[in-house]
Amino acid sequence: MHIKKIRVVEDALDANNTIARANRDDFDRAGVRVVNFMSSPGAGKTTLLERALEALDHELRIGVLEGDVQGSLDADRLAHHHAPVVQINTDAGFGGECHLDANMVRSALSSLPLDDIELLIVENVGNLVCPAEFKIGEDARVMASSVTEGEDKPLKYPLMFRACDFVLVNKIDLLPHLDFDLEAFLANLDAVHPGVPYALVSARTGEGLEAWFDWLRDVAQRGREAA
Amino acid sequence: MHEMAIAGSVLDGALRHAEGRRVTHVQLKVGHLRQVVPSSLEFSWELVTKGTTAEGAVLGIERVEAVGACRACKRETPQSGFPFKCGECGDYGLEIVRGNELLIDWLEVDDDSAAA
Repeated sequence: MHIKKIRVVEDALDANNTIARANRDDFDRAGVRVVNFMSSPGAGKTTLLERALEALDHELRIGVLEGDVQGSLDADRLAHHHAPVVQINTDAGFGGECHLDANMVRSALSSLPLDDIELLIVENVGNLVCPAEFKIGEDARVMASSVTEGEDKPLKYPLMFRACDFVLVNKIDLLPHLDFDLEAFLANLDAVHPGVPYALVSARTGEGLEAWFDWLRDVAQRGREAA
Repeated sequence: MHEMAIAGSVLDGALRHAEGRRVTHVQLKVGHLRQVVPSSLEFSWELVTKGTTAEGAVLGIERVEAVGACRACKRETPQSGFPFKCGECGDYGLEIVRGNELLIDWLEVDDDSAAA
């Protein structure tokens, strides 16, 4: 036996990142900007997505990729909009993963009419931990943190809050019924991710949503500027 | 959790670099800012390597502390919590230069065991 040491110095998630780059190339070729939308389960992603489709469907050509462990409930909810919606189930041959990775997204690309859309919103599996670790080939990342989850979440899940370019603070219509300390939440958010843009919103009442729509418009615009 | 996905990815990288040779040791660098539980990763590693040429390989994990480079005074200081703050001048404008890595640093193979 002759032991040889080999210097590697390579990202442990190199395989995923390589596929993420391949996804990115395909998206760029088709002129599609991609948003990775994350949050814990029940923070309001699908409802926020519904509001976005209602407001932007006729202005932007949007496509949606739904990620869930099981079922097509979210895709079904969005089906009546113009936007093409594709559902990925992480239990279908992927072992019931708690997050979307580049390979899963790649497997869904052929089902998406990339040449017909300019903005793809990927609604990730509801999970505040794992999705932040896996690039899927996105241009931007947004997360929703609802006021019912408490003001300490940024401190407990720093990677997710640091990984995102925009934070939607959702369910603000419930503030009168909660002991949620909004100032403390925003201070914690800024401590973990200094200067990160955020918006106070209610998907239910519509309050503050224009900032969410504007952010999506900006991301979609990046594609056109590069052309 | 996702340690299984990470262990699987480390195995892919290790086997690729080992080029058919039996792997005896894989050394990782895991930054403090990554969400990896070492014991969980070690457990996952044992599971994913079974039946492969990396079975029995030791997974070494070197933890890398978070270090921030201050945009104001240019010094690099260790960071142990949020908010990140320069240990020298107290400024909050830091760029993290260490602590975000999750990489395969080096590995050891049995050079005599190349696959036929």
